[in-house]
Amino acid sequence: MSVKVMIPTPLRPHADGKAAVEFQAKSVAEALDQLTAQYADLKKHLFTEEGSLRSFVNVYVNGEDIRYLAQENTPTKDGDTIKIIPSIAGGSVTPTTTENPFGAVLQN
Amino acid sequence: MADSTTLSISSGLAERIRKHGAETYPHECCGALLGRDAGLGSDQKRVREVLDCLPLVNRRDDSPNNRFSIAPMDVIEADRVAQARGMELIGWYHSHPDHPARPSEYDRNHAWPWFSYIIVSVHAGVPKEMASWRLNDDRTEYSQEAIEIQSEAIARP
Repeated sequence: MSVKVMIPTPLRPHADGKAAVEFQAKSVAEALDQLTAQYADLKKHLFTEEGSLRSFVNVYVNGEDIRYLAQENTPTKDGDTIKIIPSIAGGSVTPTTTENPFGAVLQN
Repeated sequence: MADSTTLSISSGLAERIRKHGAETYPHECCGALLGRDAGLGSDQKRVREVLDCLPLVNRRDDSPNNRFSIAPMDVIEADRVAQARGMELIGWYHSHPDHPARPSEYDRNHAWPWFSYIIVSVHAGVPKEMASWRLNDDRTEYSQEAIEIQSEAIARP
């Protein structure tokens, strides 16, 4: 069950410069676990301190956003490609309330 | 790694970013920086060149005056355009209407490492200072990177 994980440019310095790595994984969670076990520095950029994927980290399996599949439990099979795609967000002031940084665009 | 970088940009491209900020005022503008990451020079300084910029749509319809967001589909498209032009996607720009060109805590919480983040301050519709920032690898703070404005005559295409 070899699954290819594509690493975006800004994270490659934390993954020995690699653009892609392959793992034996039956789900997205398994693949990301192995990725961050192999490259520990990636963890803080991909996951919050509570362990959930950061809101600006988007994960696609064969082009499908896992938010519309089974999230991190999305199963993977031999030959699948997992892509990590950044969203970019920011703003001039610090928020006073919890908000969705991507407005309506990425709401589940 | 983020503490000894310089971002080189032509005066024309810098002006385009400033104008974009003025056009969208009082809302934040945003866009992609395309160019080349030249790596470490002989003086151990990392120089990045912005060779083009790509204005993008601010997807934060609910709060565009103090927020911006660039959807993943737009990130993918910016990356495709960069590669088609023989460049890399090296960072992003956005404006801070009536706020300084300094990253907010919100900016830091949502930033990626490695990318350069140009912020242009726009006061009462008039673009003012511009600064570039990079998130430190431990995500705790930004480092400012120097911006070198190149005159059009010597800027590379």
